Amino acid sequence: MSLFSRSLLAAAVGLAMTTGAQAATELTVYTAVEADDLQKYAARFELAHPEIEIKWVRDSTGVITARLLAEKENPQADVVWGLAATSLLVLEEEGMLSRYAPEGVEALDPKFVDPAIREGKDPAWVGMDAWVASICYNTIEGERLGVPKPSSWEDLTRPEYEGHVIMPNPSSSGTGYLDVASWMQLWDEQGGWDYMDRLHQNIARYTHSGSAPCNLAASGETVVGVSFAFRGARLASQGAPLELVFPEEGVGWDMEAAAIIEGSDRREAAETLLDWAVTEEANALYNEGYAVVAYPGVAEPIENYPENITELMIEPDFNWAANHRERLLGEWQRRYDGKSDSQ
Amino acid sequence: MIAGASIWPERLSGEALIRLLALLLALGLLVVGLLFPLAAMLVKSVQDRAGDFIGLANFARYVQTPALAGSIVNSLTVALTSTVIVVGLAFLCAYGITRTCMPGKRLFRMLATLPILAPSLLPAISLVYLFGNQGWFREALMGESIYGPIGIVMGMCFWIFPHALMILVTALANSDARLYEAAEALGTPKWRSFLTITLPGARYGLISCAFVVFTMAITDFGVPKIIGGQFSVLATDVYRQVVGQQNFQMGAVVSVILLAPALVSFAVDRWIQRRQVAQLSARAVPWQPSPSPLRDWTFAALCYGVAAIILTVIGTAIYASLVQFWPYDLALTLEHYAFEALAGGGWAAWFNSLTLAFFVASIGTLVIFFNAWLIEKSDGYRALRQGLHFLAMLPMAVPGMVLGLAYIFFFNQPDNPLNWIYGTLIILVLNTLVHFYTVCHLTSVTALKQLDPEFEAVGASLKVPFWTTFRRVTLPVSLPAVLDISVYLFVNAMTTVSAVVFLYTSDTRLASVAVMHLDEAGYFASAAAMAVLIFFTSLAVKLAHAAISHLLLTRAQRWRQAS
Repeated sequence: MSLFSRSLLAAAVGLAMTTGAQAATELTVYTAVEADDLQKYAARFELAHPEIEIKWVRDSTGVITARLLAEKENPQADVVWGLAATSLLVLEEEGMLSRYAPEGVEALDPKFVDPAIREGKDPAWVGMDAWVASICYNTIEGERLGVPKPSSWEDLTRPEYEGHVIMPNPSSSGTGYLDVASWMQLWDEQGGWDYMDRLHQNIARYTHSGSAPCNLAASGETVVGVSFAFRGARLASQGAPLELVFPEEGVGWDMEAAAIIEGSDRREAAETLLDWAVTEEANALYNEGYAVVAYPGVAEPIENYPENITELMIEPDFNWAANHRERLLGEWQRRYDGKSDSQ
Repeated sequence: MIAGASIWPERLSGEALIRLLALLLALGLLVVGLLFPLAAMLVKSVQDRAGDFIGLANFARYVQTPALAGSIVNSLTVALTSTVIVVGLAFLCAYGITRTCMPGKRLFRMLATLPILAPSLLPAISLVYLFGNQGWFREALMGESIYGPIGIVMGMCFWIFPHALMILVTALANSDARLYEAAEALGTPKWRSFLTITLPGARYGLISCAFVVFTMAITDFGVPKIIGGQFSVLATDVYRQVVGQQNFQMGAVVSVILLAPALVSFAVDRWIQRRQVAQLSARAVPWQPSPSPLRDWTFAALCYGVAAIILTVIGTAIYASLVQFWPYDLALTLEHYAFEALAGGGWAAWFNSLTLAFFVASIGTLVIFFNAWLIEKSDGYRALRQGLHFLAMLPMAVPGMVLGLAYIFFFNQPDNPLNWIYGTLIILVLNTLVHFYTVCHLTSVTALKQLDPEFEAVGASLKVPFWTTFRRVTLPVSLPAVLDISVYLFVNAMTTVSAVVFLYTSDTRLASVAVMHLDEAGYFASAAAMAVLIFFTSLAVKLAHAAISHLLLTRAQRWRQAS
């Protein structure tokens, strides 16, 4: 390359960088939000704050969590927007979250805010919405194969379900992990493993993502997909022969939450995003997919969701689920990993 | 004295200096793009998370983890099964093409190359529609699940078949009619002359083919990723360790293990190439098959059967991408091609792939061909040129997953001066170029060997600098081979998943990776749509290439017919 073309290139790169800086601050946001909603989230935010441009890095909960942990020494993310609270608690434990009280955080339901706020500290994370476990049942295939509609978690261990149940792998999927954690809370840890040992006999396979089991139920590849309500409701409204089942023992849930990553050098833009993430407007956006959101009084009922969903949700212990995450996943892999999708 | 003079010209003239510099640049490319990353990976495999040396402790842990070590057996099983099926089938089809008068040979050969144009994810997606729980032919599996070894082997066979066919057609094309005539005169039965003449003649091609197929099968990532279900293989383990659990050390360990069979296969192939002496003496008379209706139509039926399977698999993917809500609403729609709202990056990813393929094809073709020319047609620097040739052969033995992971280890070190290319399109171009280097290098060398060395000598005696000879004579004369290389690079850059899956960022997402992500998230129809899009893009480029080659051969290359 000649000296001339080299300096020309340098000038061009420099120009591109300065105009880029004027046009928008690029904010790297890690997320596990469902991909079909991602564009919408960015578009709504950028409408309110055109000076900031979101660069998404999206994958399943477990993958994003592992990636954030792996990058601990040299963080690449500025903000996490839409990751399981149980994962954020792990990151907080590692000192990777930067405390910040978004403007208007006091308007949120206190359950959805880092409890540290009650001790007068700035919260390390703020909740967005609750994502709730649910079973997707394919009515057509169920009838054809003589697999009845389940009404409880226990039903899924009955012999007629053998080979007809698909659930997400908790190592990669946040939905999978909230199932595991909630079963342990429903029946204590030993009872949870006993249940999963029996359930494992009936599982056809464990998938990478939490959506996949419901998608597979929707296309008739399986009869029963252990998934979450958002995906099931959306597929049912697209015409899939699905019925959502909320098992009578109670359903586990996790909170999608947002936080600033310690060491971000785009602090101002990161704070702007968090401020927006707790607004009524943002919560209305979450409500388009999720029935329960952090901002009280915003939530409108969603098609194909039961009205009494809050009564079915168990009282989760996120701290317990976060503190035992690594150990439980290790034990899970030891017991069942042979039936997992390659993730 | 004379030898010394040829290695070190008495005075390093400006031209000789430039030639040496060019050779060193070529060396630099392969050292930085291949050797250093692989070395970084080997180092990583004997370190712990903190980066301290721990000897073979990672390997010990690997062997003690049944879920991981079991993948070795799984990988070997599917790779060996695929090898037997593919080599057997490809041999029969190649025999049909070269040794019978079956009708429609050209059409069959065209159809048989189609699988190359699709990412290996495509057959896997189609197989779910064909043999899944809602598949049209699910009864054919007699209760077995398509998710697992059966699906993997079927997908691999589809995808690898064209490669095997090409090798075996070449191996069977050369034959000496005099041997068969002699056998016939001696009253040797047909089956016997097949066993004593045909098979021995093709034995090197067969062995070489078996190893190529085996290597492709054991290193492929796309097929087991989509359809492997609970059946894990080495390639998917690398991905799971690295992306799923961010356990880079264990990823490196599995990579080293995956590298082993590929290296063995590479060594055997090299050994065979050296032993293969010209069987075809100058006096050989090419054997021409004479019509034999029963034989011809038997082979035709077989070949058309294979072609029908290929078309069914591709057709299924196209159909799957158009159905509204399979299997419950079979109305046709283009909705699934509206990727924007889904995972994977949508049309931007397709455009990125196109950009990547364009740069790999244009830069790669020039660089690889020029390097091959330097190696083949330079005087002196023998050791350097031989070393370069060896390095150029090596990428074939390095699986894509391994190369991609090695790039993370090498280029993502903060103190690497090339760290800035990490996360850009440049690293994807470099990686893809190196990944597919060998075949292009071999094609170049073959084309160059056909050229009279006098060209360079005449150029030198006319005091024309060597780059002018290259630009004015060598390059134009070798245009058909150069075009072949560029289209090979383009298609592979469009379809490859294994290496780039570790290297893309949110700005450089690729269509092939998007297929995988769409499938992971459960958008099966859109995954099929993206795979189909890649297929048709490759097909369009391939057709354009055929048209251009035809034009060139009839116009600019008219001298070829004269000879």
